[in-house]
Amino acid sequence: MNLPSNRLLQGRESQLELGRVGESVRRVDAIPKVTGEFAYASDLFAAGMLWGHTVRSPHAHARIVEIDISQALAMPGVHAVLTHDDVPGARTYGLEFSDQPVLASDRVRYFGEAVALVAAEHPEQARRAAERIAVEYEPLEPVVDPERAAEQPPLHEENPTAGHGFRDDPRPNVLRSIVIRHGDPDAEGEISVSGVYELGMQDQAFLGPESGLAVPDAEGGVDIYVATQWLHVDRDQVAPCLGLEKEQVRIHLSGVGGAFGGREDLSMQVHGAMLALHTSRPVKMVYSREESFVGHVHRHPAKIWMEHRATKAGRLVNVRARILLDGGAYASSSAAVTSNAACFAVGPYQVENALIECTCLYSNNPPCGAMRGFGAVQSCFAHEAQMDKLAAELGIDPVELRLLNALSPGDTLPTGQKVAGSFPAAEVIRRAAELRVPEPEELPRDPIRLPGGAGNTTHGQGVKRGVGFAVGFKNVCYSEGFDDSTAARVKLWKGADDELVGEVHCAACEVGQGVTNVILQVARTELGTENVALAPGSTAGVDSAGSASASRLTWMAAGAVRLACRDALAEYQAGRQVVDVERTYHHPRTAPLDPETGQVKGDRVHVAYMCAAMRVVVDVDVELGLTRVVWIGTAQDVGKALNPQAVHGQIEGGTAQGLGLALMEEIQTRDGLITNASFTDYLIPTTLDMPPVEAELVEEEEPEAPYGVKGVGEPPTVVSTAAVVSALRAATGRELARVPVRLDDLAL
Amino acid sequence: MKITLRVNGDVHETDVWEGESLLFALRERLGLPGSKNACEQGECGSCSVLLDGELVCSCLVLAAQAEGHDVVTVEGLASDGQLHPVQQAFAETGAVQCGFCTPGLIVATADLLAHNPDPNDDEIREALSGNLCRCTGYAKIFDAVRLAAGRPL
Repeated sequence: MNLPSNRLLQGRESQLELGRVGESVRRVDAIPKVTGEFAYASDLFAAGMLWGHTVRSPHAHARIVEIDISQALAMPGVHAVLTHDDVPGARTYGLEFSDQPVLASDRVRYFGEAVALVAAEHPEQARRAAERIAVEYEPLEPVVDPERAAEQPPLHEENPTAGHGFRDDPRPNVLRSIVIRHGDPDAEGEISVSGVYELGMQDQAFLGPESGLAVPDAEGGVDIYVATQWLHVDRDQVAPCLGLEKEQVRIHLSGVGGAFGGREDLSMQVHGAMLALHTSRPVKMVYSREESFVGHVHRHPAKIWMEHRATKAGRLVNVRARILLDGGAYASSSAAVTSNAACFAVGPYQVENALIECTCLYSNNPPCGAMRGFGAVQSCFAHEAQMDKLAAELGIDPVELRLLNALSPGDTLPTGQKVAGSFPAAEVIRRAAELRVPEPEELPRDPIRLPGGAGNTTHGQGVKRGVGFAVGFKNVCYSEGFDDSTAARVKLWKGADDELVGEVHCAACEVGQGVTNVILQVARTELGTENVALAPGSTAGVDSAGSASASRLTWMAAGAVRLACRDALAEYQAGRQVVDVERTYHHPRTAPLDPETGQVKGDRVHVAYMCAAMRVVVDVDVELGLTRVVWIGTAQDVGKALNPQAVHGQIEGGTAQGLGLALMEEIQTRDGLITNASFTDYLIPTTLDMPPVEAELVEEEEPEAPYGVKGVGEPPTVVSTAAVVSALRAATGRELARVPVRLDDLAL
Repeated sequence: MKITLRVNGDVHETDVWEGESLLFALRERLGLPGSKNACEQGECGSCSVLLDGELVCSCLVLAAQAEGHDVVTVEGLASDGQLHPVQQAFAETGAVQCGFCTPGLIVATADLLAHNPDPNDDEIREALSGNLCRCTGYAKIFDAVRLAAGRPL
């Protein structure tokens, strides 16, 4: 077996960048990435390798009558064709609930659901063989309208999410429902504003499509090299489906081309391993862009009814919200998204009374799950539209209104959790509001700097400027009693010249966010040496790091590596020649919500919070509905920036994704079928769409976190959709209650 | 079919299927996976290479069409162990996160600066508008282009 181990290690073994905690350091993997040598999952190669291909359902909802693989098996170059009958172990898997079939057996529940697998010598042979698999479907009525789903026949008769401590909701297709009752939910104010807001289905649209290489180990086990966000939970789902012990399945992190939540769920892991074990050959699977769009979960589309009651002076009295989320065909991480949407529905504001109902439903739409800011993005769009509406109704400056109601330490959240630790909401609002908005540029100017750009649709006629503002917040780490701990293992020994040498093992997934640098910065800081290497990420050799999600990994990996380094160094200094310690770091414990009241059953439901405020300037051609975002300024509560250059990079990139949802990004479906699964039809921001982003870091250290860190990835995405639309409203005077905003919504 | 490709100055004889793109041949036949496959339809620029000095999406060129032409990929930009100034600038400014778009952007930027050594911001934006990046929001990519433009190529 000629495994490309040299390629697999790249970017993790080059330790040229020597910064410590708090310094801007060049990425460890920067050089291999700029030269093209860095090995992504799609670049892997093994001698004798076959190419795998997935056959997917063309229906959103159908019964499978028969699958005939005989013609496909006879095609040239084909080594295996597998269906549900060939799944060696458990037939279903899932991140939180095992409700998704490895391969559909008698029924498909969404467009693109995996039905069969092919392995062939050339990817084109695999594709052509896949076309010869005859699947007879009997189409069923799809459940596609979340407002009606709770009255339609259940898609999962066994109700997979029941019995997990959630609120008992007997309606069909309810994946999770939460009701938060805070204070007096009927409290009246002196003034009331309300609105109904909608968000379309956004896609993570990472650039590197799902890919991986599965290699059988000749003893019945398998090694899987894959682009993923959580190695150990992949393993915990894969092994039962293969009918193997956990130790027989080793998952290794390969180069990851972006993630943003879309790689939390399994993609090719079980499929590739099934083909590899069946053929006794390494099998590589690489999704096309179209397959990527149907092959991972999306951001939940939402419909949100919200009413704000306030005093005439602008104090919030009562916030009432009803939130409907479309979870799609399988559960994925919908339960956590539902919780976030409910818990952050009010925004970072102090309010004595609230009634929040949040329901996530199963449907035959594409499955939805984690995407950057999950749940909080949807709520922020609604609560910030409401705050602007309230400010206008009261004649109060929108920034003043937000400052007046800003949540601070000591205040109580609608879940009953008291805000403790760092929560500088007022400070981020002030800092963002103080950023100087650029003066309007004079006309005439190059059309590239006008709405419509190179289309040359205006020379300034009909162009109106708008300045918007928004604030958002979200939790760091997992919540509701989940102990998402992180392990790190540190080996120390005496190297040449008697110098201390360290090697760190941590299964934290580097997905582009820069956690590799964080780990090495922490290790150098704690060990006081530059001679530190990070071993490749793998389930072999170290316990779980938890997921690269929920803005948690800087906090958790820093905590684990610091703990292991300190204990290892103490042993080394006590005279041990070779030290090898593994330590597990836990964040402060959280508690679940009471299923009936939505009140926390202990001190806290969330570990800690991050907030951000953002100011946006847009130019809108109100005759054509075309937009140019001119400038974005933001202040973000980051705790402590461990690598400031990377923190700014997260803020700029996260802002772009929120701008995308505001202006252009939506997975479109017709009767559950995706109609725009390509970069031609699903648009993401280009260089011409992104304005300069001026970011202020508010560093107020989180007392319970290592070095005072928080997370940084999600807040810019949470707040930017709301902030961009706020600016569009200011330019046009339109309500703009749905994102992405369409040209017709803006044009006169 | 057998074809001969000249890539980064080296001549390769290889066997391809008629329908294979230049991108596939580079990645899977010639062992040059630096050019990335992210959309297969010329929308994202991740597979950008120079074909006789012209910037093209290698996913839209058949391997057989490239016979007799000079191909330069991201692997061919560094010389004598020295990074190309554009590569150096991308690494320094933090223009790389996941890095999947990086090879294409580096080839596109090298092409821009070869034709326009001192581009203004509008020219940078326009020249790179065919290269999608999902991680960075482009700010640090612009920094990299400006930094590279100030250095001798």
